[in-house]
Amino acid sequence: MARYFTEDHEWIDVDGDTATVGITDYAQGQLGDIVFVELPDAGAKVAKGKDAAVVESVKAASDVYAPITGEVTEGNPALEDDPALVNSDPEDGGWFFKLTIADTGELDGLMDEAAYKSFCDGL
Amino acid sequence: MSDDTELETEIETGTLPLDAWHRSNGARMVEFAGYWMPIQYTGEHGGIFAEHEWTRNSASLFDVSHMGQLALSGDDVAAELEKLLPGAITTLKQGRIRYSLLLNEDGGVLDDLMVTNGSDQYFLVVNGATKWDDIAHLREHLPDEVTLHYGDDRALLALQGPQAAAALENIVPGVSELVFMQHGMFDWGDYRLGVSRSGYTGEDGYEISVRAEDVQAFADALLADTRVRPAGLGARDSLRLEAGLPLYGHDMDENIDPVSADLTFALTKKRRESGGWLGHAPVAKVLADGPAEKRVGLAIEGRMPAREGAAIFAGDTQVGRVTSGGFSPTLGRPIAMGYVASDWAQDGAELEIEVRGKRLSARVTPMPFVPHRYHRGS
Repeated sequence: MARYFTEDHEWIDVDGDTATVGITDYAQGQLGDIVFVELPDAGAKVAKGKDAAVVESVKAASDVYAPITGEVTEGNPALEDDPALVNSDPEDGGWFFKLTIADTGELDGLMDEAAYKSFCDGL
Repeated sequence: MSDDTELETEIETGTLPLDAWHRSNGARMVEFAGYWMPIQYTGEHGGIFAEHEWTRNSASLFDVSHMGQLALSGDDVAAELEKLLPGAITTLKQGRIRYSLLLNEDGGVLDDLMVTNGSDQYFLVVNGATKWDDIAHLREHLPDEVTLHYGDDRALLALQGPQAAAALENIVPGVSELVFMQHGMFDWGDYRLGVSRSGYTGEDGYEISVRAEDVQAFADALLADTRVRPAGLGARDSLRLEAGLPLYGHDMDENIDPVSADLTFALTKKRRESGGWLGHAPVAKVLADGPAEKRVGLAIEGRMPAREGAAIFAGDTQVGRVTSGGFSPTLGRPIAMGYVASDWAQDGAELEIEVRGKRLSARVTPMPFVPHRYHRGS
């Protein structure tokens, strides 16, 4: 399984033609205390770089973009009762949604962990 | 070069006396009211939730030095102020504070403020974003005999929470004897402090005026008490929302009269009829006829917050809009305030708020959402 990162601070775990998406530890730190996550429904089509979810912190609502085009298979049910999981466990238990990948070629250009780390260090 | 050059020059964001102090304490700084200000702090105790809860349970130190501290003096200054403010000022006792409003001639709210009778002078604390307009408005309407001094050489700190009195009394003996909306001058070592028992969180606490060059030492002395931690604008906003306190520029502005804004309490009863203040006639008309819409509190079902600007519906008809909204850390659910048509403004009215195409159930609810815990004395 390979993990990629976007410049919008999403991560994506790819396993064959399915993937899991979340936001990075850096992103949750910037957003602050998360009180609500609005996830796409199963069956929803999401497009690379377009709105896919909304994360609400105490102070504001922020869009989360799809790192890749595909069809959502599942939203993380745990976030409904405990959205703060995104703060406490952003890169594992606080995942947002799973999807089937339409075109694995879209993964080209995403960053690996080392590249993402140096991207964040430069911010 | 055109004559417009100067107008096009961007005004640089100002820094406040505690700027470096905030940064060294781990603050995340944002631009607010023309200044760099801490939105929240980082680290173990930082974050809006943690700072909010610390304020409700212990004591938090807020820097509110962006606010305008004005001092007015001269013959008949109280009577002159009464021509601009709808509250009673001439009968305000020495050392007492009153919440009041600056109104325009149409009865619109130019600003909300605190006025203190400081014996030989009256102190006004006005909002940071509006202070320059307020000064211009006051100068335009007050006679030349009234001197207006803008205390830009002073910082303003707020110490808020159930432990605020004990913590401040520890370094400034005597302050615990003040009651809510009372002011006094106190010494801290060689420093002279103007101390008000007031605030914007719904908790007991103080607002302390201190010379800019002394504020860092004073802030350090407060923070040396383990009961006190710094808090930023983020927590200040969620605290004041829970307390049902309106934020100028969001929950009221120059197009909204005090009656619609549910600030009728700031219109001293006698003066509602006697008048003699700018904006009286249009406000008296709203008092007599009733407002077309009213600021109300809204409890929202579920967990999704409704933010400023969200439309409020009764069935298919839009009947209002949210002016402040967010998640209440104390209650663990979303709350909001907004304006709704008077037919829908009674407590318990069932409404819906539209957020990203979804309708959230909301109910008109009395404010404050979280009870005030002011120290009114025995």
